[in-house]
Amino acid sequence: MKVFDAVREAGHTIRTQKLKTAFSMIGVLIGVTFLIAVVSIIQGMNAYMEDKFANGLIGLNTFQLAQRPTINTGNVEEEVWREWQRRPRLRYDDADYIEPRLTTPAVVSRYCQDRATLGVGGKVAKDITLVGTDPAFFTIKNYNLSSGRIFTAQELRTAQPVMVVGTLVAEKLLPGQDPLGKEISVAGIPYRVIGVVEPQGTLFGLSMDKFVVTPYTAPARRFICPIGVLDYISFQAADPQQMVGLRDEVESLMRQRRGLRPGQANNFDFTDSKSALEGWNKISGFLIAALPMLVGIGLVVGGIVIMNIMLVSVTERIREIGVRKALGAKRRDILMQFLVESATISTFGAACGVALGIVLAMAVTALSPLPAKVAPWSVLLGVGLGMTVGIVAGVYPATRAAKLDPIVALRSE
Amino acid sequence: MSDVIIRVCGLERSYVMGTETVHALRGVDVQIRRNEYVAIMGPSGSGKSTLMNLMGCLDTPTAGEYWLNGQEVSRMSDDALARVRNKEIGFVFQTFNLLPRATALQNVELPLVYAGVPSGERRRKAAAALERVGLGDRMDHKPNELSGGQRQRVAIARGLVNDPALLLADEPTGNLDSTTTEEILGVFERLHEQGQTIIIVTHESEVAAHAHRTVVIRDGRIASDKMNREAAA
Repeated sequence: MKVFDAVREAGHTIRTQKLKTAFSMIGVLIGVTFLIAVVSIIQGMNAYMEDKFANGLIGLNTFQLAQRPTINTGNVEEEVWREWQRRPRLRYDDADYIEPRLTTPAVVSRYCQDRATLGVGGKVAKDITLVGTDPAFFTIKNYNLSSGRIFTAQELRTAQPVMVVGTLVAEKLLPGQDPLGKEISVAGIPYRVIGVVEPQGTLFGLSMDKFVVTPYTAPARRFICPIGVLDYISFQAADPQQMVGLRDEVESLMRQRRGLRPGQANNFDFTDSKSALEGWNKISGFLIAALPMLVGIGLVVGGIVIMNIMLVSVTERIREIGVRKALGAKRRDILMQFLVESATISTFGAACGVALGIVLAMAVTALSPLPAKVAPWSVLLGVGLGMTVGIVAGVYPATRAAKLDPIVALRSE
Repeated sequence: MSDVIIRVCGLERSYVMGTETVHALRGVDVQIRRNEYVAIMGPSGSGKSTLMNLMGCLDTPTAGEYWLNGQEVSRMSDDALARVRNKEIGFVFQTFNLLPRATALQNVELPLVYAGVPSGERRRKAAAALERVGLGDRMDHKPNELSGGQRQRVAIARGLVNDPALLLADEPTGNLDSTTTEEILGVFERLHEQGQTIIIVTHESEVAAHAHRTVVIRDGRIASDKMNREAAA
């Protein structure tokens, strides 16, 4: 008997016993669905975190120099926290010292921020991110304007009260109006709107358009940071290799400036997209570690179900097996028939699991801010695992069928 | 000697049941030539089923020799026996033993599947075998869409499809009414005229009377072995 004939027969048996097949494959189906859906969500999250979270918050090929890590994930011990608090704060003149001494080409941006309440006439917008920075900020954040312009180096130098606003701020405070040229007050100081940043969408469902950007020298700075102090300085390199070199340069300049001896720890910190991803990597690491167990449970249960149903199927078909043997089926033929049948059932289950997993992933994308991305390797793995489970589960029933004595089998009712 | 299909010498078969040994066959000698039509009779417990199982290569003897179509099959392995069953023997059973979910054509194709015949040739040969038993117009019917006589004819076509040396029928009319019995015995008669060697195992003397030779088994031995009157005539 050829494998092809066995597959055709298995297909025939499965078609004529739809309900039984559906029940047998349910475990494998669930296991594989889980595999596909979870891997899709993790993959989608990976892309999302790298693209939107890390690069969106920090910037491409960019790192931030700050008093302490600017993105924290997980718990920080009391002592570490206190050490961070004792460090000197980053100042305007740190930036002024470093920038001219860099040999690697870099975009350097000074940054400080706070939450503020903005007003226009009687209207008020609370909890808006108020950013004090320089024009380079727009380059690093890759912000394009939908109207107006960013502020100039001269406006920065002369501390003009001008601002570039996020779309949500414009919509809230100046609904239905062209915001350009209008005034929005920050702590009672009126600022002129000179530009609107293109909508930035959402991050984990939170709007990224609730901000205004002003020159860090502008009058409201005393509400953001103590004068002369910055939250961080961003450095953007042309590519990832240059970024590493740039970072070493900045580190040694800072150590030199702060008079740190060799062996003494840095009293400043760097944050880049990698460290921003650390927290997520921890979570996805747990998920990836737990995944084999969850999928494994589904597959083991599925395998046991298939084995039982195949045993029942062998018992039901003892007479058929006897007839087949009488007509010249060898042990190997009977063995193959049942192995192929159980492998076909579970492969079919796995294929349905793949389809269901993809549907689930699509549903997650559609119904939540989390994007899911189906990984081709997980599809192959799912189908491969399904087939393997079927073969392994089929070995015992198929061996029993193959070992039957034809005379006994023919006599059975 | 070449036209001797079956040569059985001192064939014995005993079963161990608990502490007792049951001797089902106690030394059987028989020869059957090509194109003979033989009935094997005997009451239940006589050993006729055991003899049929041995002749059908479903079982191996405890002692003695069995030559089928020039091959000594009594010492063969399971797989070798399966090959002999596939090539040399066509079985016809009392309860037809067709696969219920397969069509008549697929049922007849089954021995060819195990012989490794490619599917095109398989269909052609199976269709020809069904034509031979007069079922050329029922090929795509499933067993439950056929009458008892038609089912048994499908089973006979399945037995014939591999051109076996021996057609071995075990109570082939046991589940059929008398009209259908005549119909099936007519099929056997025709096949015999075409040169087929046939052994029918039965306990009905009317059925045995259609054969040309009757072998009676009693208590594990051959009690009588004679040509039937009409055939001898």
